[in-house]
Amino acid sequence: MPERRSQRSIGGLTRRQVLGAALGAAALGAVGFRPRTAGAAQPPIRIGFCVPLTGPYGSEAQDQVRCAQLAVREFNASGGLNGRKAELLVRDSKLSPDEAATRTLELIENEHVDFVAGSLSASVQLAVNNITKQHRILYNSISQSDAINEPKDFSRYTFHEALNPTMTTDAVGRYAFPRFGKRVVFLLPDYAYGHEMTRGFKRVGKEFGIEVLSEIRHPLGTTDFSVFFPRIRALKPDVLVCCNFGRDQQITLKQATDFGLKRAMKIVYPILLYTARLAVGPRAYQGVVGGTSYYWGLEKTVPAAKQFNDRYRAAYGGRVPSDYGAFGYAGVRTILASVRQAGSVETDAVIRRMEALHYDFYKGPEYYRACDHQAVQSVLIVESKPAPADNQFDVFKILEVYGPNRVHLRSCRELGYS
Amino acid sequence: MAALTPELLALQLLVGLALGAIYVLLAFGLSLIFGMLTVVNFAHGAFYMLGAYVAFAVAGLTGNFWLCLACAPVVLGLIGYGVERFLVSPLYGRGIDYPLLLTFGLSYVLVEAVRIIFGKQGYPFDSPAALAGSVEILGNYFPLYRLFVVAATGTIVLALWLFVEWTNFGLIIRAGARDPEILRVLGIDVGRVWRLVFALGTAIAAMAGVLAAPLQGVTPEMGDSMLIESFVVTVVGGMGSLGGAVLAGLLVGLVVSLTSVVAPELAKLSIYALMAAVLLIRPQGLFGRAGLLG
Amino acid sequence: MDLIGATAVARGWRLWEPIARHRALAVMLFIAVLPWVTPYQALATNILIYGLFAAGFNLLYGYLGLLSFGHAALFGGGAYACGIAIVRFGLPWYAGLALGTLGGMAISLLIGALATRTRGIYFAMITLAFAQSLYYLAYQAQGWTGGENGLRGVNVRRVELFFLPLDFTDPVARYWLMAALVGLALLALSRILNSPLGAVIEAVRENEARARACGYDVAATRLMTFVLSGGFAGLAGALQALELSTVSIETLDYATSGLVVMMTLLGGAGTFFGPFVGAAVFALIQDVFSLWTVHWQLLAGAIFMLFVLFLPRGIWGYLLEWSEQRQATQSS
Repeated sequence: MPERRSQRSIGGLTRRQVLGAALGAAALGAVGFRPRTAGAAQPPIRIGFCVPLTGPYGSEAQDQVRCAQLAVREFNASGGLNGRKAELLVRDSKLSPDEAATRTLELIENEHVDFVAGSLSASVQLAVNNITKQHRILYNSISQSDAINEPKDFSRYTFHEALNPTMTTDAVGRYAFPRFGKRVVFLLPDYAYGHEMTRGFKRVGKEFGIEVLSEIRHPLGTTDFSVFFPRIRALKPDVLVCCNFGRDQQITLKQATDFGLKRAMKIVYPILLYTARLAVGPRAYQGVVGGTSYYWGLEKTVPAAKQFNDRYRAAYGGRVPSDYGAFGYAGVRTILASVRQAGSVETDAVIRRMEALHYDFYKGPEYYRACDHQAVQSVLIVESKPAPADNQFDVFKILEVYGPNRVHLRSCRELGYS
Repeated sequence: MAALTPELLALQLLVGLALGAIYVLLAFGLSLIFGMLTVVNFAHGAFYMLGAYVAFAVAGLTGNFWLCLACAPVVLGLIGYGVERFLVSPLYGRGIDYPLLLTFGLSYVLVEAVRIIFGKQGYPFDSPAALAGSVEILGNYFPLYRLFVVAATGTIVLALWLFVEWTNFGLIIRAGARDPEILRVLGIDVGRVWRLVFALGTAIAAMAGVLAAPLQGVTPEMGDSMLIESFVVTVVGGMGSLGGAVLAGLLVGLVVSLTSVVAPELAKLSIYALMAAVLLIRPQGLFGRAGLLG
Repeated sequence: MDLIGATAVARGWRLWEPIARHRALAVMLFIAVLPWVTPYQALATNILIYGLFAAGFNLLYGYLGLLSFGHAALFGGGAYACGIAIVRFGLPWYAGLALGTLGGMAISLLIGALATRTRGIYFAMITLAFAQSLYYLAYQAQGWTGGENGLRGVNVRRVELFFLPLDFTDPVARYWLMAALVGLALLALSRILNSPLGAVIEAVRENEARARACGYDVAATRLMTFVLSGGFAGLAGALQALELSTVSIETLDYATSGLVVMMTLLGGAGTFFGPFVGAAVFALIQDVFSLWTVHWQLLAGAIFMLFVLFLPRGIWGYLLEWSEQRQATQSS
């Protein structure tokens, strides 16, 4: 190749050339990047929304977008902020923290968004949060994590609309341990989600005096869980608590059913994912009990859920919103409600309003706790329905609803806030 | 912690055998293609996944698992034939890396194409009704279907072995793996042989995909991790060695299964530790010929 | 290469002489225009980082002829070394960069000691397998790496550069600091290629037996090149850690290794500019395509296949060739 060949015959660069280049570059840099086009008199309120449209959680992410857009449309239809409209800037995180961080930088530095919401994965939300807090932009996260409540990651710009593992497992454990038994085996993926869920179960388990027989950590990307089953069966537990998510959850339940594990023990999950259950069908999930943040069937008892479902049905051809989708709705709507109350998009004013917000947007009353901005809300206990019902979306039976006052969080002191 | 009783050990070995069976089939196809064509097929995982999806489509139309098991290898064999003919063969003589790079790009295309056609989320895949139950082994339920996977793999490997050892085409394969020049001298159309070998390897991958589908369902990404692990299997067994692929596949299955009892979080790492150990002692793999690697 | 090719090269030399002579300078110019041609600044920084990563990879693949499929281990290793230095030990940013570079080199020394004994496809597969094991190791070592949650808090707010305080959260300042560092690294790369070592590297690629006969230590050259390549990859990883202020486990993923291979081939392996062109084109493809379809990977994969099949020299390689041919027809 020619370039390679010619190199050897020439000398290196002189120092002067380098210096010249550096100075030239600096001169260009002083001009700055492309100027931002001056907006109209009423620039829209911009909310960045980064979710994993590409990859295995694409269908969940698309529902998050649908729900978030619903919240924006409602805000605009009801007059916006004195006529000022909101807009959602959707970005694909590709389920990668690096891509999400890059996109968040873009949203902040180039699009000059006023707020950021979104994410579907603990690592992605922590990466986004790490950037928004440095740039002092309000971020409302809509994916499970305990770490985001802790002082190391939390900042006053951080809000967490999703459930966290501690609250989820507190409710699920409270329901499951007295009913199904005290001898427990944990099967968990060997990463934060699994560790945090297991920690939560053990915490609530102490109240009920559970006996942890074993804690089996499976590596990421395990596609065959049957290697763990002979041992689990030999331990003879009353309850098998599985803490994996999404696709792992589907395979585990399928294989556990094949190996007849359900005949010997009760299987409990912290989160039963609506979309996963819908995709896999009833057999694998039959008889499995778990938690969820939202199920559309809540509309029978909660008026806000009925309203939310109806708006969603009207907008999206009769379908119903999913659990993680609903987080998208609430995550964006709380921001916009606070903007309207504050009468401005100024971050500090909006934070103050959000901290004081008591809202019932889709599932019953909620509020953000002062010390860690965790949304205190209800946790639903559901069981997968056995046979295909007449309604294809009717997959869960709500066994119990633990309202905000019955859900136990780690106290502010425990988290290290004074 | 349950003690490692003899029963538990026996069960783990059985589970490991079933797990290893899928590795055996994937590594067999990889090694066959590598031995003949010196092509490292980065699309092998995608072919495995495609096989499962063809089975999923056929099962959706007919509901017959056995038809899936027959159709998927044929469809993928044809695809493999076409891929070799139109995409890989133009690259011969251009440097050993090019087929590898091409199949790497191809795997992206195939995975995304499946996402477009079938959607991003996976689908469940039921075991055939005749094998849906489980048998009681040492007081544990063991799915009948897993025993079937082991038996089917054994049958396929036996058939392939007979094919390679006792047919004329098998003779050509063995000769070609040793020295393609011999085939040319004998007036054999080497290009055609290579196409057929590539198609055969692809068909075996498809068969592995069909067999794996009832174990874990189908997803567009199901081939990704399997590909790399099958590479490790072929490296351990010795690249291009068919016997090595079979033994190393079973070995990896057993190692994963046993590690899962002792230290489950290290199950994945154990595969690579095994590979590093083998490489330190025998760089060419258990059954590899040193000369092949240059 | 044949004699005819060599004459063509000799003829085409004149036009490309300035660029070839000042190739590091030319890349810096490219870097300077980059923010104006990319849709947003974070993308320009990404191109810088991946361009440097690809340039390091190219040293091994393009110049020495060894195809590594495990370069993520070096990139991610550098990122984690930098991140850990800053987060766990509270070291300043420049120490993070230095340790990132050294981290990349140390890991490549470890992997290289085993892998450089093999060749060709075998090398690709073994580097891939080692990179995977590093991925799983980093996953396990949560105390250090943050595991799957990633390493957060690689937050550098202010950078004191020769008593000149820079606000690192300001995109313009950040870009130029990164650009300057990448420029320096490229200068070093250019020096290496022009050094006697550079000559030996190419001699080994062209004909290993001859190089050995000439008395060069082929094994040592390979290991040395791999380690140097690891240094550039490690620095690129460290820069990414600073840019994103987090290190994710994905930096060690197999897809990252594949990405750098695709970028380098797309741009032109074995050319000085190719990796940057490849990084820029790939980033733009991804950015533009993902705007109108979530299935951008299909297009990226197809484009890559087209290049492997029909344009193996890559964009920059063909630009060079095309200009030579024009030069050749003009002078004849």
